[in-house]
Amino acid sequence: MQQIINFIIRNKNFLLFLLLFGISLLFTIQSHSYHKSKFINSANFLTGGVYNSANNVTGYFNLKTQNELLAAENKRLRKLLLNVNNNADSIFIDSLTFSEDYRFYSANIIKNSYSLNNNVLTINKGINDSIQQDFGVISSKGIVGIIDKTSGNYATVISILNGTSSISAQLKKTNHLGSLIWDGKDSKFTQLIDIPKIAKVKAGDTIITSGQSSIFPKGVPVGTIESFKLDQAENYYEINVRLFNDMTSIEHVYIIENANKEEISNLLGN
Amino acid sequence: MNSIFSIHTVRFLVLVFVQVLILNHINFLGYINPYIYILFIALFPVKNNRVVLILLSFLLGLTVDMFLDTGGIHAGACVFIAYARPVILKSSFGMIYEHQSIKFNTVEFGSKLTYFTLLTVLHHIVLFSLEIFSVSRILLILQKTLFSSIFTILLSVIVTIIFSRKTK
Repeated sequence: MQQIINFIIRNKNFLLFLLLFGISLLFTIQSHSYHKSKFINSANFLTGGVYNSANNVTGYFNLKTQNELLAAENKRLRKLLLNVNNNADSIFIDSLTFSEDYRFYSANIIKNSYSLNNNVLTINKGINDSIQQDFGVISSKGIVGIIDKTSGNYATVISILNGTSSISAQLKKTNHLGSLIWDGKDSKFTQLIDIPKIAKVKAGDTIITSGQSSIFPKGVPVGTIESFKLDQAENYYEINVRLFNDMTSIEHVYIIENANKEEISNLLGN
Repeated sequence: MNSIFSIHTVRFLVLVFVQVLILNHINFLGYINPYIYILFIALFPVKNNRVVLILLSFLLGLTVDMFLDTGGIHAGACVFIAYARPVILKSSFGMIYEHQSIKFNTVEFGSKLTYFTLLTVLHHIVLFSLEIFSVSRILLILQKTLFSSIFTILLSVIVTIIFSRKTK
């Protein structure tokens, strides 16, 4: 017993080092698997508050470009609205039974990140604004990510520029499905894999979300095909997708809640 | 004792805030960021207990990790260099360290640069290995380590020169 205690006292530095290094390694490995990181995230009162107050200042720097983005989106939506066939008065809409499939919330990115291997963003909406895990996040131009951790007023978003994210996407023309992943190299591109060889793929074609995952509705724009090649087994295409979004400069985002999500996942039995 | 204690608390907070609010948004050429918060570990008094240094480094790394959502990579790298610091001190300062009388303001520039370089490169190698976490992409790890180290060392030296009078 004496010897054991002596050993511990003699090597206390090394043992402490091993313990703490082991803990950090555990946190690191947890953060590499989807939805597993438990304690260390920026969606808490302290870090969220700091980022929020910093964002109050830095938000002014790119006010002009963000305004232009919002104005462009307004213009597009207004055009859509005016071109809709105005035959609403011929249809009876009962507002009590009217149900919407998707609900939208707006939020601001208070911490952006795009240079790491696993990028996580922080937004200024949380449980108090009915934001929950696995809601989709998009911007006016296209897809941004999926909500991961939430606290009272803040939430973290697993960006599409994250090695652990995998989002169901498809070719706009032909409905061939694949999954969107990121190889960690360039923040302008993501990779679409598992598109069957039979699909007609052409550079410049548009990629959209598929609506199969119950996170994003079908048709959220992702990007255009930059280049493509067959994988090693020569059965599937690996497509390099140029994103519509400039992930290095996003500020205003929309959060999508699928109102039927519970029903869908109950049906699928998970 | 009290003033030393408060200096290090202030240094801890200032370095963390500067790191997460300013330096992590530089992204020079897309991915090069300096990580000068390790100055806290580098300039920690030599006389103090090693256990205290290792614990504080863990706390420092974990705080940065919390802000950056990076799991535990900064905590791991910080604990590593905190544990390895005596060896680095011995190899860069030699005899002065043996007598336990280093004052970082008075040592000559050359050995200080060696000290910072060793500490930074070691920290960055562990950091980026944990971040990328794949042996097959070792070239990317080395590339990131090299470029970020140059940036970090340059900035650390500049910062220590600028603030050397005040901390005397």
